[in-house]
Amino acid sequence: MTGEAEFRVRVAETETVAEGIRRLRLVPLGRSALPLFSGGAHVVLTMQDDGRVLRNPYSLMGSPFDASSYQISVLRTADSRGGSIYVHNKLRDGSELSISAPVNLFPIDRRARRHLLIAGGIGVTPFMAMMEQLEREELPFELHYCMRSKTGGAYWSWLRDIYGRRVNTYFDDLQQKLPLRRLVENQPLGTHLYVCGPSGMIDWVLNEARDAGWPEENLHFERFSAPPAGAPFTVELAKSRCTLNVEPTQSILEAIEAAGLVAPCLCRGGACGQCESGIVSCDGTIEHNDHFLTDAEKASGGKIMICVSRLKNAGGRIVLDL
Amino acid sequence: MGLIFKNETFRDDFTFSNSPAAIKRFPFPFPEDRYMYTVNIEPHVPGPKGSVYEFPIDIDEHYLADMRDRALVLQEDPLRCQSLPHMLTAEWDLVELLMTSLSESYPEHFTLTREGDNWHWINRPMGIEQKFIFGDVATLPYRPMEYISRQCQGDFCLLDQRDGDLWMDAGIVSSQADWSLDFDVGMSFKEWHAPVPMAHEVGVFDRALKFLLNMQQGKPVRRLNWTMTINPRLDTSPENYHKWGKDRTTVTPENVGDKVHLRVELQGLWRLPRSNALVFSIRAYLIKMEELVTVPKWARRLHRVLKTLPEPIADYKGTTRYRQTTIDWLAKYDDGAPTSKGCWPD
Repeated sequence: MTGEAEFRVRVAETETVAEGIRRLRLVPLGRSALPLFSGGAHVVLTMQDDGRVLRNPYSLMGSPFDASSYQISVLRTADSRGGSIYVHNKLRDGSELSISAPVNLFPIDRRARRHLLIAGGIGVTPFMAMMEQLEREELPFELHYCMRSKTGGAYWSWLRDIYGRRVNTYFDDLQQKLPLRRLVENQPLGTHLYVCGPSGMIDWVLNEARDAGWPEENLHFERFSAPPAGAPFTVELAKSRCTLNVEPTQSILEAIEAAGLVAPCLCRGGACGQCESGIVSCDGTIEHNDHFLTDAEKASGGKIMICVSRLKNAGGRIVLDL
Repeated sequence: MGLIFKNETFRDDFTFSNSPAAIKRFPFPFPEDRYMYTVNIEPHVPGPKGSVYEFPIDIDEHYLADMRDRALVLQEDPLRCQSLPHMLTAEWDLVELLMTSLSESYPEHFTLTREGDNWHWINRPMGIEQKFIFGDVATLPYRPMEYISRQCQGDFCLLDQRDGDLWMDAGIVSSQADWSLDFDVGMSFKEWHAPVPMAHEVGVFDRALKFLLNMQQGKPVRRLNWTMTINPRLDTSPENYHKWGKDRTTVTPENVGDKVHLRVELQGLWRLPRSNALVFSIRAYLIKMEELVTVPKWARRLHRVLKTLPEPIADYKGTTRYRQTTIDWLAKYDDGAPTSKGCWPD
């Protein structure tokens, strides 16, 4: 009810749930409860690592009806700029950190008569919260969950125990392949499809569904990702009249914040559109990592999403209308 | 200290009036001597004690009369309250928001006790006591949205968010300024705003929609909107236009002070937790010209705003027939002295 939208939390439990995947349970500090949320929501974790501030979004995977704690799962990624390594190596029981209020960019469409959920790897996490809610609201669903292997996949056995035949698993190393064509061609009218996983998988699923004649309104996906690392470059803020260096593991947004300035933002995963910024001039090639701008907008070079996008070339310079 | 609720009417004999305290807290909407559409959205944070912004949901001396009027409207026209089937979760979210807010802000009038999903609600002014199971429709005498909004001042719309847009898929609207839920239900944000003149061209709705789609839980926002109403009538709906439209022809230089009302809507927006829907609340405050001119700054300013109001806006707000009469009446309260910035009385 108050205007507060950042919370201090403590890590109450950590568990390695599969190869390279760590689950954290976060409990509130200085308040009795966390806000409830809706299935598909995420929070942004603020991590203080040796004076460097990283902010990464993670999907909430626990029950949306549990106000006593939030749960997230983090996959250690090789090309990480440090966020997932930090979660794996530095956070332990009792660690304290800040999180944002939940935001949902991947909500359930309750008009659906049936919900077809397709997950790849760590992309299963938003669906775990969604399934709790679908079950409680008595809405029909089924999950199709693709993983590398039984040891590399998380929660599959637990999910099968709870939801029975509504959970279908596919393991790459057993040559089990998602029968996508059959799935998208054989759904009752009014089914909505949701996909979350690696970018290539999302493209594959959406293309197959479109080929099979699915209306765009029935297709839902979540692609956001933590800001990628890259080459260092320079950003000049025309209105604020200042020039900043963007380090290899920093996003433009984080560089702005490190300088004590404030820029509008919300999801920090290139999905919500809040941090859209105008480009005054650019000496270099822009690497658009967001999922918000259209291809035409990206090609025109007039806008950039500063939470995830950057310059490709080391030493480049971009001037923003900020 | 509890509120004292007045016995008054918003129809027929129109006995509604504002006490001096209610005039003082009236949400006068004009920060300057001229009016134009802007995205005047601000955080809905607690305002000064006693003001309409003190609490998230404002209850005032008109509460009981207002709720009686709503019951009459719903009795005559049940379509003022509609909810598409997929909005049930949002309805429960609204129950939580309103019961929590009312019981925390006005503990002498409302009490909510929660034990898990077993809720116990007491509304003392209306003499209601209800035990129910949160999430179980069968345990309430009405559907959840209708149940709670029959006990809360203001109209409420529940906006579903999908496909990068907002959809007015549920609402209870009985005290509206000439728009119809029955007509708008199921529409997208730009569809239901289509009739508003001049604002589309300046991009107000593009900016507002982008802002609203990214609204976060725990960060509600508010804005003021305004129009004018003849007689203190809450239900100025298109459905009942035949009852109130003709009132606009009854304004004379002699009765302006009593008949012409400034109608201000305090609109609030909240992100709801379980449904990810938005609740859009529209709370109407009425003040007659005689009451308004007891605040000299407001008298001067309203006179200037009405004089300089662009024709399409004056027309859209339905003031065409009585605007000049009202300006002439207000003129004697405007000595041309400069007005201070902002809405509050000097």
